[in-house]
Amino acid sequence: MKENLEKVIKEICGKHGNDRSKMMDIVSGVHSQLGHVPGEAMGLIAAECKAERIDVESVVSFYAFFSKEPKGRVVIRLCNDIVDQMYGVQRVAAAFKEELGIDFGQTTPDGKFSLEWAPCIGMCDQPPAAMIGDKIMTWLSSDSAREIVRTLKECGDPSKLKHTLGDGNNAHELVQSAVSNNLREKGAVVFAPMELGAGLAAALSVSPTDVIKKMISSRLRGRGGAGFPAGMKWEFTRNAAGDEKYILCNADEGEPGTFKDRVILTEAPNVLFEGMTIAGYAIGSKQGLLYLRGEYAYLRAFLENVLAERRKAGLLGKNIMGKGFDYDIRIQMGAGAYVCGEETALISSCEGLRGDPKNRPPFPAQKGYLGKPSCVNNVETYCAAARIMEKGDAWFAALGSQGSSGTKLLSISGDCKRPGVYELPFGVTLKDVLERVGAEECIAVQVGGPSGQLVSKADFGRKICYDDLATGGAIVVFGKGRDILEIAHNYMEFFCEESCGYCTPCRVGNELMKSRLERIMAGHGESSDLRYIEELGLTMKTMSRCGLGQTSANPVVTSLKNFRSEYEKRVIKREDGMQPSFDIHKALETSEGITGRKSVHFV
Amino acid sequence: MTKPKVATTSLAGCFGCHMSVLDIDDRILKLIELVDFDKSPVDDIKEFTGRCLVGIVEGGCANEENVRVLQDFRKHCDILISLGDCAIMGGIPAMRNTISLQECLDEAYKNGPTVHNPSGKIPNDPEIPLLLDKVYPCHEVVKIDYHLPGCPPLADTIWQALVALLNDKPMDLPYELVKYD
Ligand SMILES: Cc1cc2nc3c(=O)[nH]c(=O)nc-3n(C[C@H](O)[C@H](O)[C@H](O)COP(=O)(O)O)c2cc1C
Ligand code: SF4
Ligand code: FES
Repeated sequence: MKENLEKVIKEICGKHGNDRSKMMDIVSGVHSQLGHVPGEAMGLIAAECKAERIDVESVVSFYAFFSKEPKGRVVIRLCNDIVDQMYGVQRVAAAFKEELGIDFGQTTPDGKFSLEWAPCIGMCDQPPAAMIGDKIMTWLSSDSAREIVRTLKECGDPSKLKHTLGDGNNAHELVQSAVSNNLREKGAVVFAPMELGAGLAAALSVSPTDVIKKMISSRLRGRGGAGFPAGMKWEFTRNAAGDEKYILCNADEGEPGTFKDRVILTEAPNVLFEGMTIAGYAIGSKQGLLYLRGEYAYLRAFLENVLAERRKAGLLGKNIMGKGFDYDIRIQMGAGAYVCGEETALISSCEGLRGDPKNRPPFPAQKGYLGKPSCVNNVETYCAAARIMEKGDAWFAALGSQGSSGTKLLSISGDCKRPGVYELPFGVTLKDVLERVGAEECIAVQVGGPSGQLVSKADFGRKICYDDLATGGAIVVFGKGRDILEIAHNYMEFFCEESCGYCTPCRVGNELMKSRLERIMAGHGESSDLRYIEELGLTMKTMSRCGLGQTSANPVVTSLKNFRSEYEKRVIKREDGMQPSFDIHKALETSEGITGRKSVHFV
Repeated sequence: MTKPKVATTSLAGCFGCHMSVLDIDDRILKLIELVDFDKSPVDDIKEFTGRCLVGIVEGGCANEENVRVLQDFRKHCDILISLGDCAIMGGIPAMRNTISLQECLDEAYKNGPTVHNPSGKIPNDPEIPLLLDKVYPCHEVVKIDYHLPGCPPLADTIWQALVALLNDKPMDLPYELVKYD
């Protein structure tokens, strides 16, 4: 047994060159062979990679997809985000529990199944959704949940599950997925047809600095959320000292309600890879990395194949398009951690570490992956770059609005008739968007995901763009009858779970925010609690180390701002200074039971 | 002009915070020029005689009597201060919060290695206030206006805070008075 384990570990570590910076791949390899990474294996991995055991353990314990304890051979991860809640995930959950005879967080005694909750898996347009192993199942019902378990009990293999194939490349032989694209509106930038190599050829015909000049004059801004000017980032990275540089693509897409990168990866991977190659040329890099969230593992073989075909076509590898430019792209898998979408945490993860954000400065453009200058951009940003080279900076700059050129992919879900991905020019009003998706009787919209803002009807006339309603793409629609506080609470649970725990304002702040909200929801809140929320929110925003904690108070803070009456009608006004949440009778119950006498002070 | 009144009490505390109040040394003479003491162990007045400007509370709430006294303080005082870590977060007494009440009593009166209790009875005189299910910090029971941390807080900290409150000045607590390492 022990010798066998040694052999397995030696082989996996060897496959990755005993390189500790490949710890994600090593741990993932061991995990998929053994079903977990026991302490003994961690020790062996550490020895092979000349690392400390704690280096291995910190990776195993950090990521949701890795486990020290034995897990079932099939892990069922059911999304419990707000959209799934709205679409009856509780019924699905009950069916899974009953059929498996276990609760969430447990493994069946025969070691066949584990059942877990998962934060948004990027399928909000087809909820409730779950990962069954690497397989994604969508539009679940209690019936289909039972069916899934029964089939798996017989064959144990998620790839044998029966389902209809999704549209487009979801039906590709290397994907074979139940996922639908729900690509409702194609715009001029990302989803317009592009001849293979057209953008790259245009870029290679000019000098790298000219490529960057075009990027700057296109006024393209990052599509991942923060909206930093992409051309400027490329220029910083190009000008940073050092001859080894990296192009990183952020396909972590963890913000609940965002799923547009999923559709790009499925339908326009060539546009993306073309953009990353152009970035490599412009910045002076030989290596690109696509950081693909673990939830999208079902796309991996397909994407590897696209890369292989590009190599064959001379669009990747040595001497690209005969221009003497060498560049390649590899895929780095994530393993279920939202914070790894934060660019410095993403770099940590690529380096084989826990997904902890890093201090800035130095910025990734100066010192990024393996300490080398690195450019991190979102999937959609690279796509736009390819198109800018193909069709021109002026063409791109003319799209959208002055401060926000181009188009934006919106992932829209929730209470609407046509959830899915919409590519629309920047500057479109929220009202227009809501009409397109068939959102009738909408009372609130979460723009930009939980870290964005929950807006009310008063804001529906505002424009989607960086200077007004900014969004990395997530738009969740809430119809009549939805409880604003419930929405905020679901998002706070998400942040409590996903905080990396490094800094106190975020680790503790999220918990305090959630419990104060719970107090209000339980009817024990007071008007002073609202001020507390605002003050705590400000502390978290100003004192947290990374973007997660800086924005994680937003679900509560922005819903309080825009739906104040919803909060006010649930808080009590008390003048007597007693805490409504303190229940003396409940606090005395145990004692009265033990002593057999009643309180004299409180009758 | 009548002097403002101050009340103090020790709930589930060790009187250490009160000792620290006394530790202001000769400034206590200045203090009684500034204020009158109402209900307080300092002058042994058992019940409130009227409205107070400041109430100082040591210790958290471990039993029903603590709760009653604390609520009484809230009713009679304009400003309530949680003094010291037990008042602010339960402190040492709150170590029992992770253990069930029955288990605590059994350990204290029956099973503990130093217990001599041949009758095996747990004291249950009607005079003994009922214990709460756990120890609560004061602000979970009533609204608290200020927290002065420390175990105990330094006499200088208490003095500065009181003088500021009595003179309606902003509290100026230099770093040395609120650092604990
Ligand atoms: C907690 C957190 C999660 C993030 N998740 C993502 C993500 O999933 N995808 C993404 O592109 N950017 C994400 N970002 C933003 C990245 O840090 C970074 O700004 C972005 O990848 C830069 O690319 P861009 O300029 O092209 O948008 C996240 C930021 C934070 C703070
Ligand atoms: S803000 Fe949150 S996620 Fe970011 S470093 Fe601090 S604890 Fe980690
Ligand atoms: S997949 Fe459930 S909310 Fe996104």
